[in-house]
Order: sequence, then structure tokens, then C-alpha cells
Amino acid sequence: MIIELGHFALVLAFFLALLQAAVPLVGAAQNRRSWMVFARQTAWSSLGLCTIAFVALMHAYALSDFSVKNVVENSHTLKPLLYKLAGTWGNHEGSMLLWVWMLSFWGAMVAERGKNLPATLQARALGFQAMVTAGFMLFVLAASNPFTRIDPAPPEGFGLNPVLQDPALAIHPPFLYAGYVGFSVAFCFAMAALLEKKIDAVWAGFLRPWVLAAWAALTVGIALGSIWAYYELGWGGFWFWDPVENAALMPWLSGTALLHCLSVLEKRGAMKNWTIFLAILSFSLSLLGAFLVRSGVLTSVHAFALDPARGVFLLALLGLATGGALFLYALRAPYIRGAALFRPFSRETVLLLNNVFLFAAAATVFMGTLYPLFMSALGLGSVSVGAPYYAAVLLPMLLPFMAMMGLAPAMPWRAGKPRTTLKRFAAPLLLTLGAGAVLFFSPLPSTPVVMVSMLGALWVVLTLGQDVLRKAGSLRGFLYLPARYYGMVLAHAGFALIVAGAAGATQAHSEEIRWMAAGDRLRVAGYELVMLNAVSDIGPNFNRDKAVFSVRNLADSAADTEYFFMTPEKRWYPESEKATSEAALSLRGFDMLYAVLGDEDEKSASPRFVLRVYYHPLIALLFAGAGFIALGGVLSMLPPRAARARKKEAQA
Amino acid sequence: MKPQIFALVPLLLFIGLVALVAVPLLRGTDPAKPESPMIGRAAPAAALPPALAGVQGFAPAEISGKPAVINFFASWCVPCQAEQPFLARMAREYGIAIYGVNYKDKPAALAPWLQKHGNPFTAIGADADGRAAIDWGVYGVPETFVIDSAGIIRLRHVGPVTAAEYEKIFAPLLAEMKK
Repeated sequence: MIIELGHFALVLAFFLALLQAAVPLVGAAQNRRSWMVFARQTAWSSLGLCTIAFVALMHAYALSDFSVKNVVENSHTLKPLLYKLAGTWGNHEGSMLLWVWMLSFWGAMVAERGKNLPATLQARALGFQAMVTAGFMLFVLAASNPFTRIDPAPPEGFGLNPVLQDPALAIHPPFLYAGYVGFSVAFCFAMAALLEKKIDAVWAGFLRPWVLAAWAALTVGIALGSIWAYYELGWGGFWFWDPVENAALMPWLSGTALLHCLSVLEKRGAMKNWTIFLAILSFSLSLLGAFLVRSGVLTSVHAFALDPARGVFLLALLGLATGGALFLYALRAPYIRGAALFRPFSRETVLLLNNVFLFAAAATVFMGTLYPLFMSALGLGSVSVGAPYYAAVLLPMLLPFMAMMGLAPAMPWRAGKPRTTLKRFAAPLLLTLGAGAVLFFSPLPSTPVVMVSMLGALWVVLTLGQDVLRKAGSLRGFLYLPARYYGMVLAHAGFALIVAGAAGATQAHSEEIRWMAAGDRLRVAGYELVMLNAVSDIGPNFNRDKAVFSVRNLADSAADTEYFFMTPEKRWYPESEKATSEAALSLRGFDMLYAVLGDEDEKSASPRFVLRVYYHPLIALLFAGAGFIALGGVLSMLPPRAARARKKEAQA
Repeated sequence: MKPQIFALVPLLLFIGLVALVAVPLLRGTDPAKPESPMIGRAAPAAALPPALAGVQGFAPAEISGKPAVINFFASWCVPCQAEQPFLARMAREYGIAIYGVNYKDKPAALAPWLQKHGNPFTAIGADADGRAAIDWGVYGVPETFVIDSAGIIRLRHVGPVTAAEYEKIFAPLLAEMKK
């Protein structure tokens, strides 16, 4: 009964969205106030109805209601409750329902927070938001209905994929979707602004926190996915240039470019058309990601709903949304003029150049992801594009990109005085070059990639530090710098950490593979692993082989050697007939020692296994950096002190 | 270039992209199952040793002259178990020679498994290290191939063979090859 209620709520929400897609837009065109305000009410009702629908499905998962087909296919009574609940969005139908819920959530937030906006702008944006929402609701109802019953109800479900039972993966989709769908706000405001033919600082200022929120959520989502792939897949890698990963990276890159454009637009009134274009592009790339992942046009290790009919539906949605937006863009953009006066020596010029690089990076990933598709459409056979392509194209862009990343925060808007400005960079530049010389002559591995990455990261951090000191001026000054500024500092430092971590983990890593039996020793990167024993035992719902290693750092003196243990496992889940590898991870400072148990030697009398050990220097920086970026995004969303004070006064 | 024309560029590019993507989708090819590049090529020639004492090994060179079905299987693979009764029927009722390739398996596990589920195979080659599977482009068990009398691979089927699939896919091809 509850499931039918959820289904019914979604149908109602769909018709409500249709109304919301029409009434406010007509109201805005004819300047009827009540028709415009209508959008606010429907946005909230839509959120309420979608919440009912989502909770209904979640309820079925919590109770393991196997009369619901979706639950049968994706759940199991043996699952812990957390994974039963996470199972709600761990499958195609449920995740599309989450997507719809997110759309209505963002819509309601816009209805609430946008009350001070021009009424027509808000009404139009909500109207467009409802169009997108209605499209996805129709997709869920017609082609991916999670509320379908099954009769007779089987006694047990068959969704017990052990690889997916993981806390990071359980919360990964909600973050990712909050990011994808969050860009719909920018998309809808871009369309509304095109209709209004008015794009100004107020518009940019309003949009900025929304883009930041979506972007921060997307960052967390991507990072969680990467962390999961790192420790669960057991391949010792954190990014595989898989289409699904790329699908999330493209809107992230485009969204990053959009954020910087919004700053330029807000401060200088320039780059209007480009900002609008990026707003359309960011959400379109999110839609494209959904389409690529769900239609199965690109096969991937993650793809979990391969159904051509769905693909056609999603392609139609993408075509209508993006095609419609770009059509409007083609009609209106020529009549929108920015105050485009770029002095070569100004922050906006540096930001413009950085935008070019971000866009080029997004285009690179786009080409690499879709290349197999182009080839097969042209009948040239199946190919796939791998890491070498991305490394070859993206790495050369890294140096100028990071150089400008260091310049931008300390550059003044409008026209700076070259002499005074250049002085600011003297100290960081000298320090970076000095560090480069030290690194070059040191015994540490200094391939060009390592040099560029490490020095680029150092340059960014040094220029940031210098800028904070200069802007603060005094100890008290640190308190008066705006939260938005600290957010930028944190996010840029986070990017520097990611670059340093990625360079360390991929360029300076060590790796050993060997057969190991009890008593055997293996040395990797200054650590020695001794296999103590191997046990086979039975866990709650799996059988496992577990090997115990005692590990010590060879650099420790004999007197105070500290031993620690690593126990990689191989599990076999008979219920779902799946094998998983539980890598043993041990964080040593910022570095990671990573052990994976491989095949067992069947012929040997005593247990003997293949052991793979990786040593990834600095990888902790990579994951910390992603956290910094997300945190920086959240910090930047805080309103300026003056606005907060005004609000306080109004409340008092 | 006039700004009006310039603003049209994204739209035109997008239309091109949608067209490119729509082609494979609407053509109805299932992209999840890419056509095997092995189809139309000669079957790998490497001979495989017998998987068990008392059965014949699998030597592709020796079976040329008539169409044959090659089935990659393993005793630890549950879908293989599911298709075993139907493979037996293919061998018994339709008189098709089925050659088994035992993928990453142990004789000690295989012998009782064949006793329990039946042995439809004319010969069973052992592919203990999975090398033959790589040569044939197999990415999981069970997979079933049809080769013609000239030893050319004509069909690759992923997953267990069912009666319905046999009628739809295998039977027409086998009938055509007999002509």
C-alpha cells in the first residue's frame, strides 16, 4: 500500500511539474504576479510529493518488501540495514528517483532563497526547472519505474553484491547526484536570464552560492568514488579514466570554469555570454553523464542499467534540454554585451586564460570518453582510450594552469601596475626555483612530471601564503578577511595537494609481486613484510583466505623496531557467487602501504599465495586535497560579513 | 564572423553530437555485447591436453571437416551447470559434436561434476592457465562458439545456451552450414 502511495505521489508530482513548467513562464511574459508566485508554491509541493515517493521506496527496502520488483532485484535480507537503505539508490530505478528528488529539492530551495530576486527571473527559472523535473519524472514513471510489484513475491531477494557493500559507496551517489542536479539551478537561471536579456552582477552574485554548493557536492562525490575504487577494487589505482568517472569529471571541470567566470561577471561585468554558455554546458555534461552511464552506449565496469530503450529516452531528454537551451542561446546571445575591456595585466585576464585551460581539459576528457562512440558510429570498430592519451594531453596543460593559479589571487582587478604586482611574486618564484634546483640535484626521483607537479604545487601554496599574509597585514587582519577569500585559498591549496599526491602516487610508487608462503620475506620501498601464516575461515556470509604479515620499517634501528600487521583477505560470497579482494592498507605518514592477496597455489601442500604490494608515496595528500576543495567551496558560500550583520539586525 | 552566426556554433556542434550518438542506439545493436573480433577468423590452432584421464584432449586441427560447437566451461561456474542438460540434449538429440574447454579448473573437481551433471562433450581440453580463453577472446564462462567445416569461427555466444536461444541463433546457422 505504501508503495502505491509513493507511486501515486510521483504521478501527482509529475502533473504538478507540468503546471509549474507552464504557468510561471506565461505569468512572467504577461506580468501576472499571482501566476509567478504560483511557482514557489508548486516547488514546495513538488518537494513534498517527491519525498513521499522516495521514502515509500526506502521503506520497502528497510522492510525487505519482496513484493516490489526493484527490492527483489537489489536487496537481500542478509544485508545490514545501512546497505538495505543505501540499496534504494544503488540501482538504476532508485537512483533516478533520487535524481528526481534532488531536482525538486533544489527547486524548492530556489523558491525559498530567491524571494529577493526580480519576480520574473525567479518565476522563469523555476519554470525551466520544472520542465527538466517533469522530463525526468516521466522517464522514471514510463521507463524506470521502481514501484512495480511482482507476483508471486519471492521469499528472498538476489541483490547482494558484496563489492558494493561499502560505506563510501553507500553515500557516494547522493553527493554525486546533488552535484549533477545542482548544476540545473545554474542552467535554469541561464535560460531565464537569456529570456530576460539581462545578465548582471546581481544575477551572478545570486547564482554563485548555488554553483558552489553543487560543485562542492560533486567534489565529495568524485572523491568518495575514487577512494572506494582505491581500496575496494584492489588494483592499487585511484582513477581509471573509466567513462563513468569521466562523466563526473567533465561537469566538474566545466563547473570550476563557471565559478571563476561568475566572479569575473560579478566584479567586472565581463564574459557574460561565456558564463551563460558554461552554465548551460555544466548541466548538459551532467545530463550527458547520466545518458552515457545509463544507456550503455559505452561499456564500463560501473554501468548497471543497459537498456537501449532507456538510452533513447535519455537521449531525447538531453536533446530537448540542451538543444533547447543552445537554441535560445543562439537567438539571444548576440544581443548580450559585456563590459569587455580586458587589460592584459589584470586578474580577469588571468581568469580568462585559466578558463581556456579548464575548458580545454573538459574537451579533452569529452573527446577521450566519446571517441569509442564516434569510431563505432562511423563503423571503424571498437576501440578504447586509456590513460596514456589523457596523460599526453592534460599534463602539458598543467604547468601553465598552475602558474596562473598562483598569479590570479594576487592580481588586482582592472588594470594592475605591473611593477608593484610583479614584486609580489618575486619571493615565491625564487623559492620555487630554489626548491626545483634542490629537487633536481637530490637523489629523489625527478622525472619531468614529478618536477612540474611538485614545483607547481609549491608555487601555488607559496603564492597563496604570501597573498594571505599581505592581505591580512596584521594579526588582527586575519579575522577580517572574508570567508569567501579563505574558501578560495583552501580550494586552491587543495588542488595543489591533489597534484602533489597524484604525482607521488603514480610517478614515485614501488610495486612488488611474489609468491609468498609462511616465513617468506618481501622488501618494498624500505619496508619488509614477513608472512606469518595464512588462515581459511568463515565470516558472517562469506568464506575467506586471510594472510597475516608482520611489517617493519627497515630504517628503524634494531633496538626500537616497531612491527605492525597487515592482513589482506580474499573473500568468496557463496550467496552471490562473487569473489572480492580486501586489500590491507596501512598509512605511513602521507604514504600508503597497500597489500593485495592474489591467487593461491593449488599444487602446494602448505598455503602459498601471490602477494602484490604497492607503496604509494603522498597519496594521503590526494584525498586530503579533495576534502580541502570541498571545504573551500562550502566556506565560499558563506555570505559576506556585512550581509550577515544586516540579517542579524533585521532579526533583532 | 557575425555574432549571430558565432552563437549558433554550439547548437550545430550539439546536433552533430546527438546524431552521432543516436546512430548506434537506433540501429539497435546492443552495445553491451560488442561483436567479437574473432568472428570470421580461423579458430586458434593450439591443441589442449585432456582435462581428465580417459577423455580426449581438444585439438582444433583434428575436427576440421564438419561444423562443431566449442563450449568454454568450468565446474565452479554455476551458469555452466544450468546449461549442461541442454548441451546434453544438443549432443544426443541433434547429434552435434560439442568440444569442451575446461577453463581454470581442477581434475579432482571436474570428474565428480561431470558425473553429476552429465558429459555432453566429444572431447575436453584443459585450459588450466586460461591461455586458450585469451586466444579465443573469451571473457567469462560459459561461452560457446560455432566453427564451420573450414575451421572459421562463425558465432560467439556469451552466457548459458538455452533452448530458445538455440532455436533462434544456433539452429539457423547450423542448418545453413550443413547445406
